[in-house]
Amino acid sequence: MLARLASKRLLEIRQAFRQSPQTIRSLSTALNYVSSNLCFLASKSFDLDSTGGTCAFSDFIDLVCLFGVCVQHIDTPENNPNVPWEFNEANKPKVNEILSHYPSNYKQSAVIPLLDLAQQQHGGWLPVSAMDAVAKVVEVAPIRVYEVATFYSMFNRAKVGKYHLLVCGTTPCMIRGSREIEDALLKHLGVKRNEVTKDGLFSVGEMECMGCCVNAPMITVADYSNGSEGYTYNYYVREHHKLHYYPFSHFNEDITPKRVVEIVEALKRGEKPPHGTQNPERINCGPAGGNTTLLGEPKPPPCRDLDAC
Amino acid sequence: MGLGSLASRALRSSSSSRVLSTNPRYNLIRTIVSTPELHKPEAATEAASEPDLPKRTPIAGARVHFPNPDDVIEVFVDGYPVKIPKGMTVLQACSVAGVDIPRFCYHDRLSIAGNCRMCLVEVEKSPKPVASCAMPALPGMKIKTDTPIAKKAREGVMEFLLMNHPLDCPICDQGGECDLQDQSMAFGSDRGRFTETKRSVVDKNLGPLVKTVMTRCIQCTRCVRFASEIAGVQDLGMLGRGSGEEIGTYVEKLMTSELSGNVIDICPVGALTSKPFAFKARNWELKGTETIDVTDAVGSNIRIDSRGPEVMRIVPRLNEDINEEWISDKTRFCYDGLKRQRLSDPMIRGADGHFKPVSWRDALAVVAEVLHQVKPEEIVGVAGKLSDAESMMSLKDFLNRMGSNNIWCEGNGKYLDADLRSGYLMNTSISGLEKADCFLLVGTQPRVEAVMVNARIRKTVRATKAKVGYIGPPTDFNYDHDHLGTTPETLAAILDGNHPFSAALSTAKNPAIIIGAGIFDRQDTAAILSLLNSLSAKFKNLITPEWNGLNVLLLNAAQAAALDLGLIPESDSGMESAKFVYLMGADDTNLDDLPKDAFVVYQGHHGDKGVYRANVIFPSTVFSEKEGTYENTEGCVQQTVPAVPTVGDAREDWKIIRALSEVCGVRLPYDSISGVRSRIKNVAPNLLRVDEREAAVFSGLLKPEGSGKVSAVPFGVTVENFYMTDAITRASKIMAQCSALLAKK
Repeated sequence: MLARLASKRLLEIRQAFRQSPQTIRSLSTALNYVSSNLCFLASKSFDLDSTGGTCAFSDFIDLVCLFGVCVQHIDTPENNPNVPWEFNEANKPKVNEILSHYPSNYKQSAVIPLLDLAQQQHGGWLPVSAMDAVAKVVEVAPIRVYEVATFYSMFNRAKVGKYHLLVCGTTPCMIRGSREIEDALLKHLGVKRNEVTKDGLFSVGEMECMGCCVNAPMITVADYSNGSEGYTYNYYVREHHKLHYYPFSHFNEDITPKRVVEIVEALKRGEKPPHGTQNPERINCGPAGGNTTLLGEPKPPPCRDLDAC
Repeated sequence: MGLGSLASRALRSSSSSRVLSTNPRYNLIRTIVSTPELHKPEAATEAASEPDLPKRTPIAGARVHFPNPDDVIEVFVDGYPVKIPKGMTVLQACSVAGVDIPRFCYHDRLSIAGNCRMCLVEVEKSPKPVASCAMPALPGMKIKTDTPIAKKAREGVMEFLLMNHPLDCPICDQGGECDLQDQSMAFGSDRGRFTETKRSVVDKNLGPLVKTVMTRCIQCTRCVRFASEIAGVQDLGMLGRGSGEEIGTYVEKLMTSELSGNVIDICPVGALTSKPFAFKARNWELKGTETIDVTDAVGSNIRIDSRGPEVMRIVPRLNEDINEEWISDKTRFCYDGLKRQRLSDPMIRGADGHFKPVSWRDALAVVAEVLHQVKPEEIVGVAGKLSDAESMMSLKDFLNRMGSNNIWCEGNGKYLDADLRSGYLMNTSISGLEKADCFLLVGTQPRVEAVMVNARIRKTVRATKAKVGYIGPPTDFNYDHDHLGTTPETLAAILDGNHPFSAALSTAKNPAIIIGAGIFDRQDTAAILSLLNSLSAKFKNLITPEWNGLNVLLLNAAQAAALDLGLIPESDSGMESAKFVYLMGADDTNLDDLPKDAFVVYQGHHGDKGVYRANVIFPSTVFSEKEGTYENTEGCVQQTVPAVPTVGDAREDWKIIRALSEVCGVRLPYDSISGVRSRIKNVAPNLLRVDEREAAVFSGLLKPEGSGKVSAVPFGVTVENFYMTDAITRASKIMAQCSALLAKK
């Protein structure tokens, strides 16, 4: 009986969320998660009616974020195959430039750089019609492009802010307090994960290991505020994708979430806060207060000394 | 890959090794060997072990074809030497050696993916187990399929697969014919170590035919490869990655392929199952009857699975020369039409216009009385598109005895000449199309007319990049083609040589021209055929002693046999002057010209179009209920086998006509199906040689007489709705859903 009630309610929720574009991204997986746990819900007498759909759903979102996001596309007014999309005049030469890097019979090799260009043109995310446009350019079926775009987590298939803040969720950062960083961000911005702030400036997501665990915890700011202006292919990662790393050392529950808020505020003012470690005592990945080891010239390993053998 | 074979293999190997060590004869052999090197014990075991190996037969009749004798290599599978051509994979070598390797993602007819890892085997000198489906066999390779390492590797793979696979076999339609279920009996553990929750995946809506339970999916990608390689629709893909990976279409989309039902067969688990068959039966309750399909002129080999008197489903049967192992959706899902709208009793239309069920005796008597009142030249007989050779023979014999020779078969038109078999058959044969390197399709849309022929053309085009030219109305193709024109005049231009496609035809080594049976209804049929004959004179490679590239693609199962039996109308004005019309399952015959006072007998199995005009109804049987001979478009003769009993008072077609002939006083001289067949032997002996293709007599340069000028009327669309072409498919609810949702708008 409870299970039936829950499933009925679930259907209602499903319909309610179909209309809400903001929460679309993780919807299916969330609901799916719900359906697989219906019995659990029913047994706990989860009163969906009194808490209200949104509240229950936000719980699911949190759960879902642990499991990743849904890959299936759901039509929304701003993201459906009928929305016209094409590369703008500024980017068209870049498209040809990218295509020229590959043999004409392997055009599909250009799919990733083109998707990236499309994403920058479209303010940091890829609507399904942009993927269709890329498919047309590289002359493959759209599904082959969807496969690539869903594979790479760097392609955002739902709307993101101009500054997409990505908090590392891998173990070293997590034990150094990335959860608290994220909480501080979410609380300060007043959004949920993968949601965009009302002014369209910020969104918070998760990224896995940024490869600088010595400076854990870290966040990445993907800066889409300049679009793809001045973009050149060779430069792509360093300059214009603007992947700034903000590693925090001297991590302390009181200080660092504060620093993260400062960065967000600076970005909001249009400043570009310095990237790299946020601890003034450290240089890059070095320890605070200068090196403590490896001060002299390192000795060569004895086994390499062939004469000694 | 059944559980049984795995188990027996395990048993066999253990028992044979026991025999090896304890057999006294074995010791005896060792002692009497005089060759010095065999006195060393290691050498002796090596030499002696070979004759002790049990003889193995290749799996599923795996044949080895050596295109080049120099490319033969020898590998050892479990110590058993086997010769294979270069380029074969380890898995194929094993199947030639008679060892069935468990697999999920590998499929003979699809590209190799190598992502399920179930086919791991041990190869000597290889540090790790290798995926046999993707590893090419190298000379002298020693492959071990039955070692603890291979077994442990497969058990590991199985454990990972079962980690996220739901344990819902009791409610899964694949249960009992599931590869995962079978192989888990051999390699699965009786308990799992996985304590987390299983992942779940949103089900996709692929249309009215394929039911999806995507949580069961093991990501073998067989369906993705089938859709893009065989069916030619780029709809399915592998989305996401890691544990979030799923098969889907990304955007909401139905799978609009006429071959989509085949993904049900190739899915190794219960992720893709038949929607109409869902929760209807278990496969072990079903009786399989190996028969053939009659919904098109291809004659796909099928197995009808029935339970009691009901046809539960239709699945394909392997026939390399006709349908390989695929069938069209129409073939697979038309079966619910077999039990709807059936005529079960003889009926006579009363004065009020309503049908009244009567006894066979009364119905036959009424028809006999009417028959004797009309003049012989006013009698017309039309055989329907699903008629078998036996019934068409009896219809022709009966009406001939009544004095009329106005008998024809639907779809053959008025203007066709049946004197030359090569003029109405697919002379290249369906499998022969794979040798063609240039296609010219004239007034035919093979994708809807003959799906399996289209699949064969697509296979050829994919493999050899053969050029395809098409003359006809704009239509959908799932391979690259040049639309050359819409009228027969394009054909004339090609003949003149001032058309770009003439160059392609003249340079091709094995060109194939395929003419659609739709042209038989045109007034200029003879002119078009004579044009094609001139083409064959101009392009020498079209007809050579080894190759006949002039093909006719027929539409209906009955057509070829009807033409072989000579069911050709005697006069052009068949219907206008008819007073008595005998429709034998003919539903698509235009009866508008028929005089109002004509008497129409409809003998058929479905209350379809023919019934509206009928005065008397004789109920007969469908192809799943009778034994009948059909000839497909390439001239291959096949027979149906009754799978289920008939409904009500229905009788087989030839029996009804035989009974009617007796009531009319012109008794036909046969009382059994073998009697009819010996009569057929006199008319068309090839119809008795089942599963054989009687090659058409060579006739390339004979011009049909009276060939005029081709008209400028464009070729028409022959099949408007792929899903509804005959009485059975029109009665089918599933086909109705398909045409509502999937048919091209």
